[in-house]
Amino acid sequence: MARAVTPRRKLINTGLAWAVGLLIFFPILWTILTSFKTEAQAIASPPIFLGFDWTLENYSVVMERSNYARFLWNSILIAGGSTILGLIVAVPAAWSMAFVPSRRTKDILLWMLSTKMLPAVGVLYPIYLLFIQLGLLDSRAGLVIVMMLINLPIIVWMLYTYFREIPVEILEAARMDGATLKEEVLYILTPMAIPGIASTMLLNFILAWNEAFWTLNLTAVNAAPLTAFIASYSSPEGLFFAKLSAASTMAIAPILILGWFSQKQLVRGLTFGAVK
Amino acid sequence: MATKASRSAARLMMAPAVILLLGWMLVPLIMTLWFSFRTYLPLRGGDLGWAGFDNYVRFVSSSAFWPAVQTTLVIVLGVLIITVCLGIVLAILLDQPMWGQGVVRILVIAPFFVMPTVSALVWKNMFMDPVNGLFSHLWRFFGADPVSWLSDAATPSIIMIVSWQWLPFATLILLTAIQSLDSEQLEAAEMDGAPHLKRFWFIILPHLSRAITIVILIQTIFLLAIFAEIFVTTGGAFGTRTLSYLIFQRVLESQNVGLGSAGGVYAIILANIVAIFLMRIVGKNLDN
Repeated sequence: MARAVTPRRKLINTGLAWAVGLLIFFPILWTILTSFKTEAQAIASPPIFLGFDWTLENYSVVMERSNYARFLWNSILIAGGSTILGLIVAVPAAWSMAFVPSRRTKDILLWMLSTKMLPAVGVLYPIYLLFIQLGLLDSRAGLVIVMMLINLPIIVWMLYTYFREIPVEILEAARMDGATLKEEVLYILTPMAIPGIASTMLLNFILAWNEAFWTLNLTAVNAAPLTAFIASYSSPEGLFFAKLSAASTMAIAPILILGWFSQKQLVRGLTFGAVK
Repeated sequence: MATKASRSAARLMMAPAVILLLGWMLVPLIMTLWFSFRTYLPLRGGDLGWAGFDNYVRFVSSSAFWPAVQTTLVIVLGVLIITVCLGIVLAILLDQPMWGQGVVRILVIAPFFVMPTVSALVWKNMFMDPVNGLFSHLWRFFGADPVSWLSDAATPSIIMIVSWQWLPFATLILLTAIQSLDSEQLEAAEMDGAPHLKRFWFIILPHLSRAITIVILIQTIFLLAIFAEIFVTTGGAFGTRTLSYLIFQRVLESQNVGLGSAGGVYAIILANIVAIFLMRIVGKNLDN
């Protein structure tokens, strides 16, 4: 909605919005900048903003010392695995609810949503106990399952709202033209559903990557992803600002980039289609 | 177009998701309920038998309970007020015509994508550290004594960290809602000479009311469960122990599963009260 305004007004808006935007972004910017400083420069008083000797030393130290690659690999496997597994379960479910709705579809959808409201801490011990019994504690497989289950309602909901936007008339027209079921799915439905599935995948990957209750409580050494890796920097290593910053930057950079692609889907996914 | 065959196929396609979620909901829930009525101390003798409602009474009458309730309320309300008020202002600002709108949007949304442990640790050490944190430099620059944020003002500090994380969410949803506002209505009001404040109060705010409600409900559910931010910063010390953190401590740290489970049941009930309102709104939306 481009409203006509005076250039002066536009200039004021721009200045104000940029100032606020930079203020909100500042902690992230500061972390990224600090990651390129030496430890001494990182705690220099007064703080140095840009005029420091840029170094990559912190990154190599963090990589060497803390086995960063393994944590990263765990994050990728857990977030990726749970997303793919979730889609395998959710696509058929959302599909049938969107195209063959019954009287109970709405109740089922709302009930699925209600499982997302269950406070994690309320079921922490049972899950912990089950994990010990099943040998899943500190295993990637266990976390993939838990991540898949906690995000399944969101996946089903997002897919459902996307699928519902595919017009049924197109299917009927294809059938009239003599398309077989296989052709229908392959040439008509799949191309129309792929954008929705892709954005669901993206948002779910982000949510699983950042999840920090189950990952902190159900992992120790082997399956710990980046969330746990950063938490281990709490102290005393956390006081080495430059290294903390390098570790943090590496943990958030992939998701910041993915996140920027998923802004629009974020609203739909997190409000369960209530705000579009 | 729904034939009998397609109906049963649909049911079959839904089955895995429904069964999985049913199991995920019922199994731990029943176990929590069961434990909550037992004296169960895994490290001190295991399951020591039936406890009746003892755990429920003890959880509520423990000296840690009311402070935890208070902390939870303060944190949830504090974050809600900050994020919703600033979110409205920011959404209106971002909706104005300007240069580089897309970039500003990205800057504002970014904190939402930072994992909770990172934002907690970055704030704790690089900003709130009383010796080397950026705030301490700033305070000294103005000649004031640096503040030990996470011990002297622990709860406000956590509110600040969590607000920073959730402000993007509120802003983004409110911005989406504002953008769906009919601009003709606003222009008509502008031509009729309605001042800014009136336009905001009588046109923008009513239009946003549903989005605001949704932001409040969704955030409440997530805020009642914040964990990593407390775990990493204060570990529940200095009066920052929320209800969920108290339950976590009872269950995993002091290994009193019966007591913690009773607390868990309280938390589940509390979350469900909020959830009912959210579901009503979402459910209504499904009918359209």
